[in-house]
Amino acid sequence: MHEFSIVQSLLELVEEQARVYKAKEVKVIQLLVGVLSGVEPHLLELAFETIKEGTVAQRAELRIEVERLKLYCRECGKESEKEELNALCPHCQSLNTEIRGGQELLLKSLELEV
Amino acid sequence: MCKECGCSNHEELHEHKKALEVNKRVLEKNDLQAEENRRHFEEHSILAINLMSSPGAGKTSLLEKTIELLPEVRIGVIEGDLETDRDAQRIRTKGAPAYQITTGSACHLDAFMVHEGIHHLPLEKLQLVFIENVGNLVCPASYDVGAHLNVVLLSVVEGDDKPEKYPVMFRSAQLMLITKVDLLPYVEFSVDRAIASARRVNPHMDFIRLSTKTGEGLENWLDYLRLKMKVYRKSLV
Repeated sequence: MHEFSIVQSLLELVEEQARVYKAKEVKVIQLLVGVLSGVEPHLLELAFETIKEGTVAQRAELRIEVERLKLYCRECGKESEKEELNALCPHCQSLNTEIRGGQELLLKSLELEV
Repeated sequence: MCKECGCSNHEELHEHKKALEVNKRVLEKNDLQAEENRRHFEEHSILAINLMSSPGAGKTSLLEKTIELLPEVRIGVIEGDLETDRDAQRIRTKGAPAYQITTGSACHLDAFMVHEGIHHLPLEKLQLVFIENVGNLVCPASYDVGAHLNVVLLSVVEGDDKPEKYPVMFRSAQLMLITKVDLLPYVEFSVDRAIASARRVNPHMDFIRLSTKTGEGLENWLDYLRLKMKVYRKSLV
């Protein structure tokens, strides 16, 4: 489980931003987690609860928005979102597709108490 | 007086909360270091390949054979394991420089660990560096370590449906090596099913089946390496 490492990187980013804006504390952390990012949201939450103690984000709420898998099919030209994590176009079953969403692991925004 | 903070010099424009758009990749620092690693390799015209698999799929055995069968290529290895430097010793016995990273409890290599490894290898003497990642089909897939190619090994004792069970890993690789094919008569593993499964998650993937025991497929692997090194060196000029 690498979610602890991920949360450490996240908290570094958050603390950096908090310093820049001289925040007293961080209220909300908004994350975007792609289904193909390799990160499990509930493990991320668990790791966050454990590591946040003693940081500027110790009372912060972690909000995770899941980014779904988005495919573009070069065969039929359709864009689709799907649950199954494979590259098959759900319309024409072609594998001639490209992934256009679902791979991000982003710190989207913060709410700071300044 | 402001009830929230107790300050007195404002009636209007007093903001206690600040909403901040950040939009940064969580692994931004790792990714920057990975770019830096690639630059280090490129300065020395070294092709770097990240090998990933579950534990026991045969990464170290493959490297031993590769070093043996490619004497004309100067190879170095960065080894990642939770504990022991046994793998690095195995590589050194074959005459190639190897640096062992012991990650302790970390289940993957990141770009910073690999950077440390880079500075312990005689880069000026090398043409090809393998980064043997920690045996794990999950965590290493999230980390760019600064290699030019990702290769995933799937041994025939593991089951041919693994690619769709670990889509992030099998998507991250350009080549899948199906290893230990000498054991095919004894296991319920279909090479065709494994390839079909991998294609569904990664339509552009290449495949080689091989056995370090019988030597089957090794020539294809060596040809693959020779080709990739040629293409890589051309891309540098």
